[in-house]
Amino acid sequence: MMRGGYIELAHGGGGQLTSELLDEVILPAVGGQQPDKLTDAAVFETAGKAAFTTDTFVIRPLEFPGGDIGKLAVCGTVNDLAVCGATPRYLSLALVLREGLEIDLLRRVLASAAAEARDAGVTIVTGDTKVVERDACDGMIINTAGIGEILPGARLGFERIRAGDRVLLSGPPGEHAIAVMSRRERLSFSSEVVSDCCSIHRPALELVERLGERVRFMRDPTRGGLAATLTEIAEATGRDVEIDESAIPVNRAAEAAAEMLGLDLLSAANEGKLVAVVAEDAAEQAREMLAGHEISARAAVIGTVGAAGGLVEMITRVGGRRVIQKPYGEQLPRIC
Amino acid sequence: MVKAVAELCEKIHDTVARLDDTQPVRIMEVCGTHTMSVARNGLRSLLPEPLRLISGPGCPVCVTDQSYIDSAVALAKRPGVIVATYGDMVRVPGRSGSLADARAAGGEVEVVYSADQAVELARDNPDSRVVFLGVGFETTAPGTALAVKRASEEDVRNFSVFTAHKLIVPAMRALLSSPDIRIDGFLCPGHVSVILGWGAYESLVKEFSAPCVVAGFDPAQILSGIAEILRQLEAGESAACSVYPAVTREGNRRAMELLDEVFVADPAVWRALGKIPDSGLELRDEYARFDAARQLDLPESESYELPGCRCGDVICGRCRPRDCGLFGTQCTPREPVGPCMVSSEGACAAAYKYEAPAAATER
Repeated sequence: MMRGGYIELAHGGGGQLTSELLDEVILPAVGGQQPDKLTDAAVFETAGKAAFTTDTFVIRPLEFPGGDIGKLAVCGTVNDLAVCGATPRYLSLALVLREGLEIDLLRRVLASAAAEARDAGVTIVTGDTKVVERDACDGMIINTAGIGEILPGARLGFERIRAGDRVLLSGPPGEHAIAVMSRRERLSFSSEVVSDCCSIHRPALELVERLGERVRFMRDPTRGGLAATLTEIAEATGRDVEIDESAIPVNRAAEAAAEMLGLDLLSAANEGKLVAVVAEDAAEQAREMLAGHEISARAAVIGTVGAAGGLVEMITRVGGRRVIQKPYGEQLPRIC
Repeated sequence: MVKAVAELCEKIHDTVARLDDTQPVRIMEVCGTHTMSVARNGLRSLLPEPLRLISGPGCPVCVTDQSYIDSAVALAKRPGVIVATYGDMVRVPGRSGSLADARAAGGEVEVVYSADQAVELARDNPDSRVVFLGVGFETTAPGTALAVKRASEEDVRNFSVFTAHKLIVPAMRALLSSPDIRIDGFLCPGHVSVILGWGAYESLVKEFSAPCVVAGFDPAQILSGIAEILRQLEAGESAACSVYPAVTREGNRRAMELLDEVFVADPAVWRALGKIPDSGLELRDEYARFDAARQLDLPESESYELPGCRCGDVICGRCRPRDCGLFGTQCTPREPVGPCMVSSEGACAAAYKYEAPAAATER
């Protein structure tokens, strides 16, 4: 039986405590395999072209409204695969645990990672655990890598974007950033904002399966938010992108919180949103497909790709024009 | 709202056309929130060409003199001192770096959302001296006053305020008195005026015959304010008034009394505007023990302009952000030279973030 309620350095030592941690906490949650099946590498089959990605997750607090670092680590990698047109298949899960971490918290995080993986149809096939000293990290760090199988009809890339193509967004921007920020700063007024943290592979892959090459490009707008994704599209294609502000879905509570904090929702992080660029004649179909999924029920066509230029311009709600710039550094709360 | 905005724009275009001036009409706003709302909503693109909407000294960080930044950075480097500040101040560069640089070098700098949080910080760190940077206009000053009173009542001895609080009306007077600056009317700040009351601008109107109109922050409010200023100009009138329903003539008397109880007006040094009489707020002698300037033996710092930086000209309306040689090249939000680029409410940050390069030079 595991003794004590906290992670000790010895849990990472490779000895008896390591085995206990694996057998009693980690494998029951995310492995489901017997220890004697633990080999040095996972072996599996893939069909056709594969996509491979990795991401490391650090977040404070580890648990936030709408998710935790475990769910985030699975969704993040699943989403990176999905926006490349790949069906997520296998994940690795590597944990860096801080000495003194509550084992119950670890159990919760792993349970939520496992639940998300089951739901997304990915198998966690390999992993690793390290323990570091108290001042070496903030609670825990998770790295996930993922392998997915590219859908046969997927033809995605900046180079496929054409003038006249439409830009779709799957839901209101900035919910993850506001949820985390308000928990971090203990802001009660925005407690109702829940992170959008979720796997977006179902709506994303449906677009590719049903619209084929009329889907030009997809991205999950995480750090830097919608603004970063749009400016990247404009820069990479050398084309203008014109956004209609009144078409962008809005979460009123997040908007109010952002207003008070002086944050820009367009530059704020998302963890369960999809930006898709599709051919003009496929835009309405694409919007309907996205709207058919609960997580992208509020999807909207928010903009159009223009001719040469390389600038993202927005028609504001009142009809004014302004640009959207690539976000820079951290956003600081303002004075008044 | 969209319909109201369209109607107001039409009205503004018509009035400006009728004004038939040879020179553009110059309206100045003196509020960071106005600056941001104008830029974020793309309002300049909706206004007629001969109308110039200028961002004046309304951003608290932007009007703060360099000498204050240097003193704050010096404080942050002192062992045993925690500098508590609003976020916008952290990255303003001084002669020996910014507060962010001081923090990176081991100094303690904590970002707070209110002065009260700084008092909490002092209570939680009894072995350190917590110095709160009291920056801002009549909007943030009452919060500082309450914090000082609380520190006094609860005897939080390791808390003090380094005040650079400022009053907006003396700065507006200084601008109107400058021979080389022409301002046809002021769009007066919403938040500040909730405290001050629109009556506070009557003396300016009397002295300089410039319309002073208070407006709120959404596009329709801002455009209503501009339309009222233009109406007065066309009719040859000038008056202080408000299109913002939250603002009364008298303002918030309790907040004003609170300011009066804790602070006394004194001459203050403003970026570019220099020393203006009765434009700053100093702690009264009763609260001297919470005054960092009197308690902490601050090093002498002199006032100066950052080389090449035209923030001073920008906040006086002498030039537009893009007229500065550093704009967008040496000075960007990522690596700002001047405070107008650092502050999220600064005129340069707004221009960089929201205005297209070509359109911006037009207005």
